[in-house]
Amino acid sequence: MKVDRRSFLSLLIGGAAGTALSPLPWKLTDDLSIWTQNWPWTPVPPRGESYYETTTCTLCPGGCGIKVRKIDQRCVKIEGADEHPVNKGGVCILGLSGLQLLYGPTRIRTPLKRVGKRGEGKWEPVSWDQALTRLADKLKEVRAQGAPEKAACLLDSSRGTVGHLFRRLMTVYGSPNFFTMPSVEDAYRAALKLTQGIEARVGFDLENADFVLSFGCGLLDGWGSPVRVFKANSTWKENHATVVQIEPRLSNTAAKADHWLAIKPGSEAELALAMANVIVGRNLYRSEFVDGFCENFQGLKRILALHTPEAAAAATGLAPEVVVKWAVEFARASRPVALYGRGQGRTAAGSLRQCMAVMLLNALVGAVNRAGGMWTVPDYDYIGWEEPELDEVARAGLERPRADGAGSGKYTPASSLVQRLLGSGAGQLPEVLMVARCNPLYSLPENGAVKDNFDKIPFVVSFSSFMDETAANADLVLPEHVYLERLEDVPVTAGLSCPVIGLCQPVTEPRWDTRSLGDVVIALARKIGDSAAAAFQWDDYEACLKETLEDKWDTLEERGFWYDAEFRPPAWEDGEGKFRLAGGKLDEVLQADEIVPAGDPAKFPLILVPYDSIRLAHDYIGDPPFMIKAVGDDVLKGKDVCVQINPATARKFAVSEGSIVQLITPVGKARVRVHLDEAVMPGVLYVPRGLGHTAYDAYLAGKGINVNALIGSLEDPASGFDAAWGIRAKLAKV
Amino acid sequence: MKQEQTQHRPKRYGMVIDLDKCTGCGSCMVACMAENNVSFKKDESDKLLSITWMRVYKITNGKPFPDTDICYIPRPCQHCAGQHEGHSPCVSVCPATATDYSRETGIVSQIYTRCFGCRYCMAACPYHARYFNWWDPVWPDGMEKYLNPDVSPRMRGVVEKCSFCFQRYQAAKNKAYLEGRRELEEDEYQTACTQACPAGAIVFGDLNNPDHLVHKMVDPDLKHGGRPRNPEVFRLLERLGTNPKVYYKSGRQWVRKAGDNYLPGEKPGADMHKSHS
Repeated sequence: MKVDRRSFLSLLIGGAAGTALSPLPWKLTDDLSIWTQNWPWTPVPPRGESYYETTTCTLCPGGCGIKVRKIDQRCVKIEGADEHPVNKGGVCILGLSGLQLLYGPTRIRTPLKRVGKRGEGKWEPVSWDQALTRLADKLKEVRAQGAPEKAACLLDSSRGTVGHLFRRLMTVYGSPNFFTMPSVEDAYRAALKLTQGIEARVGFDLENADFVLSFGCGLLDGWGSPVRVFKANSTWKENHATVVQIEPRLSNTAAKADHWLAIKPGSEAELALAMANVIVGRNLYRSEFVDGFCENFQGLKRILALHTPEAAAAATGLAPEVVVKWAVEFARASRPVALYGRGQGRTAAGSLRQCMAVMLLNALVGAVNRAGGMWTVPDYDYIGWEEPELDEVARAGLERPRADGAGSGKYTPASSLVQRLLGSGAGQLPEVLMVARCNPLYSLPENGAVKDNFDKIPFVVSFSSFMDETAANADLVLPEHVYLERLEDVPVTAGLSCPVIGLCQPVTEPRWDTRSLGDVVIALARKIGDSAAAAFQWDDYEACLKETLEDKWDTLEERGFWYDAEFRPPAWEDGEGKFRLAGGKLDEVLQADEIVPAGDPAKFPLILVPYDSIRLAHDYIGDPPFMIKAVGDDVLKGKDVCVQINPATARKFAVSEGSIVQLITPVGKARVRVHLDEAVMPGVLYVPRGLGHTAYDAYLAGKGINVNALIGSLEDPASGFDAAWGIRAKLAKV
Repeated sequence: MKQEQTQHRPKRYGMVIDLDKCTGCGSCMVACMAENNVSFKKDESDKLLSITWMRVYKITNGKPFPDTDICYIPRPCQHCAGQHEGHSPCVSVCPATATDYSRETGIVSQIYTRCFGCRYCMAACPYHARYFNWWDPVWPDGMEKYLNPDVSPRMRGVVEKCSFCFQRYQAAKNKAYLEGRRELEEDEYQTACTQACPAGAIVFGDLNNPDHLVHKMVDPDLKHGGRPRNPEVFRLLERLGTNPKVYYKSGRQWVRKAGDNYLPGEKPGADMHKSHS
C-alpha cells in the first residue's frame, strides 16, 4: 500500500477524532490528576496523644503566658494561656508563629567558628568545649594586657538571672562595658530619676484610665506588652473611655482611637508643654497633688510661659483652639493618663524632653501613682547574690569610664548608649564584643555606620539561636536554646502596672546542639578561672535559678508565673517623696532644643519616618513565614517595599501608584515602590521597620529595605539617647 | 416525639466580629494557618495566589487626609445558608459534592479527596473565601513537624477554605459523647481565630441558641435567613441573599455601608426587607 499525503492526513485526523471520542483521554487526565495528588511528598502528620504544656513567650518584652499543644513529642500549636495575668488567653501574631522559629531552617545547629572572611558565610562546626575555650582565651588575652574594659557585652536587657549573670561576669572580669539595647523604658527610667529621685520602672494602670492621651504610642501596633494593651483597648471601648492619638500618620492605633490629632512629626513635646500651659493657666491642675506633693511649681510655670497654644499651633499645625480643647478635656477627665513612646518604643529611647513633658502632664492632673494613672513600680529585687570578690585588675578596670559615656557628665540620665558607641563611633570600640538576644547589625539606626564600626571590632561573639545579620558577621557563634527549649525566669516590665515574673520552661527537647545561655556564662567564667570562676559557684544554671528564686520557685513551677495582684504604688503622703517639676537638670531637659531631622530642606524636600507594624517583627526576631504572609500587598509587593505617600505629595513630585523610585536620604538610598495613601500627612514618607533582612531564609531575606540604613541617629542633647524620629528625604527616578 | 426533637435541635454555628474592637493585628490569620496546616510560599505578596482561609481586608472611607479613616474586616468563609437552608452559592455548583452544607451545624464543608479542582465554587463564591492549590505545598525542612494531625494537608489541584475549625467540633462532640452528654457548652467549641484574637473582637457560637453570645449580639431573625435585628450588626453583601452566618458589628455608618453596594444617597439596611421577599 502506498502512503500518500492524503491517506496519511486521513489517518492522523481520523485517529485523533476517534481517540477524542473514546473515554481514553478523559480517563487518562483523571488518572493523571489522581496520581499527581498522591505524590508522596505531601506530608501526613503522624497521630498521637494530644496534650498541652505551658510556658512563657520571650519573643518580645511583653511576657505573655502561652500553652503549647503537643502530639506525642511534637509541638503543633501555640495558644494563649487563659489564666495568665498579662495576656488572659490572647496571643499575638508573632507568638502564634513561634513554632516556625523552633523548627525552621534558620536555627544554628552547633557552635561555629568563622573560617572565611567575616560575613562570607564560611563556618566550621566546633565542639562546645573548643568554642568556649577559644572565647575564654581571647578574654584572658585582653585581660592580660591590663585592659579588661576592652571586653564588652551587649544584651537586649539586663533583666532576669541571665542578664545578671552576664553583668556579674563583666564585673569580676573588670569591664564597665555592659550594654543593653535602647528602649523607651530607658527614657522613663531617666525621667523618674529626675522627678522623683528614685530608681524604678514606670507602669501604667491602663485598664482603669478613662482618658488616654497617647503621644504617638503605637498602642495597637505593638507598644508595651502588646496583648495586654489590645485587651485594655477593648476595655476602653466597653467603658466608653476616650482615646486621643497624636501622630502624623493614621496608624492602626489612630484608626481605632476616638480622636486622631494629626500633628507635624516631631512636635509632640511642643504640644505636651502647651497643654500643660493651658492646664496651669486655667487652674485645671489637681491642686491636692501639685500643691501637696510637688516641688518648684513656680519654676515650671516660668518654663511653661513660653509654650502658649499659639506657639504649639505653629509647631504642630493644629489650631490653637484644638490644643486648648484637648488640654481642657484631658484635665477634666476623672482618670486621665498621658503616654510617651513612639511606635513600639523598642528602637530608641527618644527625646528625654518629650518624655518629661508627657510625664509633667500626668503630674499636673495628679495621675501619678493613682488608679488609672502612671505608676512607679519597684525593680525586681529577687536576685540577691553576694557581691563577687574582685581582684586588682577588675577593680582598676571598673574605675575606667564606660566606652559609651553613659552615667556620667552630660550623659548622667542614661545607663546605656549603644547607639553612641556603634552608630556614632563616639567612644573607644571594644576588642571583644559578646552579643546576645539582639541583632544590632540590623536593628540599630544608621545601619551603615554601625556595620563599619562593627567591622573594626577584632573579635565578635554571637549567642544567637538564628543565623541573623549579627551572627552572620561574627567570628564565633555559640547558639543558645530557643525559648521553647529552655528554663529561665522572665521578669516582665513593658509598662505593666503590677510585678509579674513568668517562668520559661522547656516544652521540648533541644532540637540541636545548643545550650542554655545561663549555662554558657557559668561555663565561660569557669574557663576564665581565678576570681571569675570563684564568683560562679553554682553547679549549673538550673541550680542558680532555683536558689535565686527560692521563695517563689514553688509558685512558679506550679502556675508558670508569679504575680503580685495586690500591688499598689506608694501613696503620696506628707513628708515622704516629692515630685520635682522643675529646676536643675530638669530645666536643662525641658529647655533643650527640639530634635530636627538631619538634612538640608532645600535638597531634601520631604521627611522620611519609619513606622512600626504589629505584623513586622523588627528587633532580635525576624518575621517567620506565617507573619510575612500576613503582611499586606500595600506594604510589600514582590521584593519591593511600599513607601506610603500622600496623593497630593505624589502629584507634586510626579510619581504614581506602583511606580518604582529611588528613596534618597543624607545617609543612604534604596529602591522602593510608591503607594498612595491618604492616611499619611502630605510631605511625609513612611516606610515600615522589619523588612530588608540580608540574613535568615528565602522567606524573609531580600524583601524590601532595612529602613535603618536610611535613617541617621541624632543625639538627644539632654541625655545622649538616640532621638532621631526621621530624616530628610527625596524621591528620584531609578 | 417533641422531646426527641428538642434534643436534636439543629445548630447554626456563626460568628460576630466587632470591627470597632478589631485592630487589624493579623493574629486570627496566623492562628488559622497554624491550626489548619495552611501552606506558604516564598513570595506571598500576590494576594490572589496566597491561601488565607481567614483574610483581613483593609478598607478606607476614601476621604482625604486628615479625615481619612480605615477599618479592618477579617473574612473567614461566610458559611452561607443560601435563600433556602443549604443553597449556598458554592454548594449549588459543585459537581463532585466535594462541598456540602450541614443542616446539623450550618457549616459548609470541603472534602479535599473529592475535589477535582474545577473551581466552579470559587467562581460562585461572592466573598473570595475559596482558594485553589496551584502548587503542591512545601514545608521547609523540619517545619513539617508542627503540622496538626487533625487536619489533612492539601495537595495540588484542590480547592480549600475555612471550615469553622470543624476538627474542633468533632473533638468536642467526641468528648461530650464519652461523658454522656448530647449538647456542647458554648466554650467547648470555639474556632482557632476566636480563641487567639487578642482584642476579643471575634465571638463564636450557635445562632439558634438564645443563651449564646452570638445570638444576643445579632438578635437574628431566623424566619428571614437570620437577618440581624441589631441595627449595628450587618452581613457582607446582604442583598445577594446568600444569608451568611458571619456577622459584623460597627458603630460607624461608613463601615456598615461598605459591607454592601448601595446607590448614591441610599442608607445601609434601608431596603433590606424589600430586597428578597
